[in-house]
Amino acid sequence: MTESKSPAAKEVWITGIGIVSSLGEGLDAHWDALNEKKINVDDKRFAPYIVHPLAPVTFDAQIPKKGDQRQMEAWQRIGTYAAGLALDSAGVKGDKEILGRMDMIVAAGGGERDLAVDLAIMTADAKGNSSPAFLNERLMNDLRPTLFLAQLSNLLAGNIAIVHGVCGTSRTFMGEEAASIDAARVALARIEAGQSDIALVGAAHNGERSDLLVLYEFGDFNLTEKFVPVWQREDKSGFALGSAGCFLVLESREHAEARGAKPYAKLTKVVADLAQRKQPGAVTKSLEALWPKLGVAGDSGHLITGATGVEPVTSEEKVFLRQHPGFAVRATGTMFGHTLETQFPLGLALAALSLSRGALFPPNDPTGLEVEKADAPDQIVVVGAGHWQGEGMALVEAVK
Amino acid sequence: MSAPSDKFGRPVVVVTGMGVVTSLGAGKQDNWRKLTAGESGIRTVTRFPIDGLKSTMAGTVDFVTVDPVTSTGLTERLAEMATEEALEQAAIGAKADFPGPLFLAVAPVEVEWPQRLELGRAIGKTEFGYDDMLRVSGGGRFTAYHHRFMFGSVASYLAESFGTKGSPISLSTACASGATAIQLGVEAIRRGDANAALCVATDGSVNPEALVRFSLLSALSTQNNPPQAASKPFSKNRDGFVMAEGAGAMVLESYESATARGAKILGVVAGCGELTDSFHRTRSSPDGKPIIGCMRKTLADAGLEPEQIDHINAHGTATPENDKMEYNTTAVVFGEHLPKIPVSSNKSMVGHTISAAGAVEAVFSLLTLEHQRIPPTINYEIPDPAILFDVVGNTARDAKVTAVMSNSFGFGGQNASLILTREPV
Repeated sequence: MTESKSPAAKEVWITGIGIVSSLGEGLDAHWDALNEKKINVDDKRFAPYIVHPLAPVTFDAQIPKKGDQRQMEAWQRIGTYAAGLALDSAGVKGDKEILGRMDMIVAAGGGERDLAVDLAIMTADAKGNSSPAFLNERLMNDLRPTLFLAQLSNLLAGNIAIVHGVCGTSRTFMGEEAASIDAARVALARIEAGQSDIALVGAAHNGERSDLLVLYEFGDFNLTEKFVPVWQREDKSGFALGSAGCFLVLESREHAEARGAKPYAKLTKVVADLAQRKQPGAVTKSLEALWPKLGVAGDSGHLITGATGVEPVTSEEKVFLRQHPGFAVRATGTMFGHTLETQFPLGLALAALSLSRGALFPPNDPTGLEVEKADAPDQIVVVGAGHWQGEGMALVEAVK
Repeated sequence: MSAPSDKFGRPVVVVTGMGVVTSLGAGKQDNWRKLTAGESGIRTVTRFPIDGLKSTMAGTVDFVTVDPVTSTGLTERLAEMATEEALEQAAIGAKADFPGPLFLAVAPVEVEWPQRLELGRAIGKTEFGYDDMLRVSGGGRFTAYHHRFMFGSVASYLAESFGTKGSPISLSTACASGATAIQLGVEAIRRGDANAALCVATDGSVNPEALVRFSLLSALSTQNNPPQAASKPFSKNRDGFVMAEGAGAMVLESYESATARGAKILGVVAGCGELTDSFHRTRSSPDGKPIIGCMRKTLADAGLEPEQIDHINAHGTATPENDKMEYNTTAVVFGEHLPKIPVSSNKSMVGHTISAAGAVEAVFSLLTLEHQRIPPTINYEIPDPAILFDVVGNTARDAKVTAVMSNSFGFGGQNASLILTREPV
């Protein structure tokens, strides 16, 4: 495997950003919320579990047809909405020529289940009422026929194609946090190599789901009782699921310049690893091995991490961070919750936004791990270490 | 063979190892023998009760069992079997040390019914809600189910078992997933990011809810008796696809590195193409333009003219809409040359292996090139008069085959095509 970049590699710009989350929608709302250190958690609806609920959103603004909205579950609406914001921000919304050849890599999980149908079957089973045919009959009679399409992983991409007309290639990567690291990595590699000129990359997550809480509760990954920032969870490990959608438009510099598009930042490098987390310190080692591949200049700078607050991975990441004490750290998990596939694109988006605004947003951490840093960033490192596997990093730089 | 680069100056991507598992059996030899004999792997489902289901047959892989029983576990095992066969043939790298990345096409993963019911029973009450479920979910009793039902779990198992390099990619493009996995491998080698790639596609998800879901979308054949006659691609009386399981694996390498290590070259992935349809979630654009564009992109990517394709391994699901649309679009792309192209659908025998289909059919396409023999489309008794393909009906046909186009189309507007050749073009 060759890691070095070919001399002919094209420069890749981030020319569009779309974010919708528990903090609001759009770049200005997020910039303000981050600067005001706003955090939006709901500790009642799923008590004792804590979630970061989606801020009120008028989906009509990006998904005009009610029929389309009805065909989607929340995660698809969130993602299709955020994708629309990104296309608007890149100035390509409605540009059929560009959208018709725009490549897309979506990182996705699956859609929510019909909880009422599930519970009816489970309680009947617990009562001993289930004949061999019972499950089949209930599913045949009770499932909404189109629910499957709202659950299928690749149907977020499908909906983005239908609603926004993004129709070049369409690929859906799966696999929790790592899926979006790889989505960014592959999209970048394709544009650098001239296999693609422009791509839409991102993910969406609905964190307000009982079925997801169950899945993560199997591994005791959920934060309960009291919200604390991610760096304060050493003694009470866990993530608070967050709802968010985040998409980026990546584009070769020449393609962007030819259409007069302005960059937020450039995406210089994305690297990824799958550490076998069998020995203590495996995550620290993995991140340390990725670091030199980024090409970070100097020993001070800015870093945005998607740290989950889950142990031991977050503590292992802290060990890595302490080895780079000159870097001002920000954890998106504190403000946005854990948004699984969306966390890495969110980090890239906030890095690009910070570079374009000439400042990193302030720390939001009583432990002192995050420190103030006033100077305008030239480079921001984005880090992602998944709650159970998958490590990655990116370097986002100012365009000069 | 000619130069290591194609006519566009990109590294030629060759296949040096292949593995396949379907309802017909494990391995290329068994599959090829049965496939060319026109045998069907479709049977009445015995894995779970079929009472109340509209479609009661499938191409299940019943000779492989996993414990605990989960679709994801079976999916993983099928992928492992196909990969072992491919790696043995390729003889590349060392044991558990494959010198390249993994691209895995896999069905979306979710908690399954046996486990969900187990959880319900663990609550110890007969009336409960999700709060009660949550109370018993944690504490270590079900830790293994977290891992099992993560989307990345199959890829991470394969990556560790076979020592693939870097972060393994799990992907879904619905029924085109297998072709997309190969396409991602081809792109990585053409970029020079890797000299070898392991492309695997797998699906072991015949379970009650999966059957119900496709059934509710009216996608499945309901011609349950006899089950082996249900899948009728290109026939007038076709009424849907038959769900099936299987896996296909391919070792891709640059021509240069394959020849440098003296590997036997089984074939070439000469071209890949993809074009999204934005018309509808499950239906193709009535004008067929995205599929036409997909095939044309693939021909252009291979640098071939339509006349140079001498066999089409069709998507051929046997749904009324797919087969008609596939014929109409193929006719536009191939024009006057179309009657000279024998067309066949492996799905008549192995059913629709969904996420695996693109790779399973790519393996069969390469076997077609190797043996110069086209597997039949069985159950072709009443040809659809609106589909004027030269269908290789019911019995295998010997033919000169130099370039095969293999098509895959999926829900969500996913269209992907591959062109496979014996020699670099």
